[in-house]
Amino acid sequence: MDATPDLDWRLTIHPLFRAAGIRQVAYVPDAGHTALIEACHADPSMRAIVLTNEAEGMGVLAGAWLGGQRGAMLMQSSGVGNCVNALSLTQICRFPFLTLVTMRGEWGEFNSWQVPMGQGTEAALKGAGVIVQRCERPEDVVPTVEAAAALAFDSEVAVAVLLSQRLIGRKRF
Amino acid sequence: MALDRRQVVARLLADRGDLLVVSGLGSPTYDVATAGDDDRNFYLWGAMGSAAPIGLGLALAQPDKRVLVVTGDGEMLMGLGSLASIGVQRPANLAIVVLDNERYGETGMQRSHTADGVDLAGIAQGAGFPIVATVTDESELDRIAREIRTATGPILAVVKITAGEAPRVLPTRDGVELKNRFRKAIGI
Repeated sequence: MDATPDLDWRLTIHPLFRAAGIRQVAYVPDAGHTALIEACHADPSMRAIVLTNEAEGMGVLAGAWLGGQRGAMLMQSSGVGNCVNALSLTQICRFPFLTLVTMRGEWGEFNSWQVPMGQGTEAALKGAGVIVQRCERPEDVVPTVEAAAALAFDSEVAVAVLLSQRLIGRKRF
Repeated sequence: MALDRRQVVARLLADRGDLLVVSGLGSPTYDVATAGDDDRNFYLWGAMGSAAPIGLGLALAQPDKRVLVVTGDGEMLMGLGSLASIGVQRPANLAIVVLDNERYGETGMQRSHTADGVDLAGIAQGAGFPIVATVTDESELDRIAREIRTATGPILAVVKITAGEAPRVLPTRDGVELKNRFRKAIGI
C-alpha cells in the first residue's frame, strides 16, 4: 500500500469542508494536501490562501472568524513548530481552529531531518492547547475530519487532525 | 521629520465610519485605545507578527468594509512573510499602517532593522501592494488617511514617528471579550 497509496480519501475532505461552511483555507503547500488544495482553489465559495509560514495561518483564520467566516488550515508536520506562539491567539481568544496536518518523520521516513518535528508534532500541538486526533487508515478520514470540524466550530476550540504518514504514503526519493 | 504617534493614530481614526481596526501588540494597541475604545477594535496583546495576517483574513471575510491594521515596525518585521501572502490575495479593502519609531519600544527601545535602513514600504511594493508610502509630514498623513477609506488597496504606509514613550492606555486584555464584542458590533 505504501507504493500505491489509496487516493480516494484525498477527495473526500473538500466536500466535508463545504458541508462545514469553510470559506477560507490557509495553507503552506504539501504533497499530501495537493488534491485538497487544488479542490479549494477550484471552488468559488472558498478562498485558498497560500502562506509563507504556518504562523500566518492562525492570524488569517482569526481574522476570518472576526469577520464571520469559518476557515481551516493545511500544513505539514514540519510547520507545526512554526505555529506555537501564534497559537496563543487561538487559545486566549478561543477562536475555533481546525487544521489538517500531513505527517512526516514517523513511518519509513527517508529524510532524517523530518524526524525531530514529526516526532514532536503531537506534543507541540498539545502543549499549545490544541486537541489532537489522528487518521491512520483511509476509512478514518471522513468521520474524523467531520467530527473535528464540528468540535472546532461548535465548541470553539482548536483541533488538529493528523493524517499519518502511513495513510499518506511514504515519500520516495 | 517624524510625527507624534498619538496624533497620527487620532488623525487616522477621526470620523472612522465603519472602519474595522486591528492593532499590533505594544504601543500601537495603546495608541488605538487612546483614540477611543470601540467594539470594532481588535487589540493584540501578544501573538507578535499576527496583526497583518488577521487583517488579511478579516478583509477577505468583510469585503464591503475597510480594514485598518495599525502596528509597529518590530511587529511588522516579525510578520514580514505575511506581506507576500497579502500581495497574492490583494484585498482591495485592507490598509496597514506601520508606526515606525525604528525601535522595539516594549522591550527597552532597542534599535530595529528600520533604524539601519530596512524599507518596509519597499518590501510591500515588492510584494505587489498597489499603494505604498513612507509618511513624514501632516499633508502626507492626510492623504493616506483618505486613501485608507477609499483607495483600491492593499495599502501599506510607514509613518515615521518620534521614539518617545507615550502614557500607557490599556484596553481590556480579555481575548474572548475582544473577539465577541467585535463580532457583535458588525452584526455576526
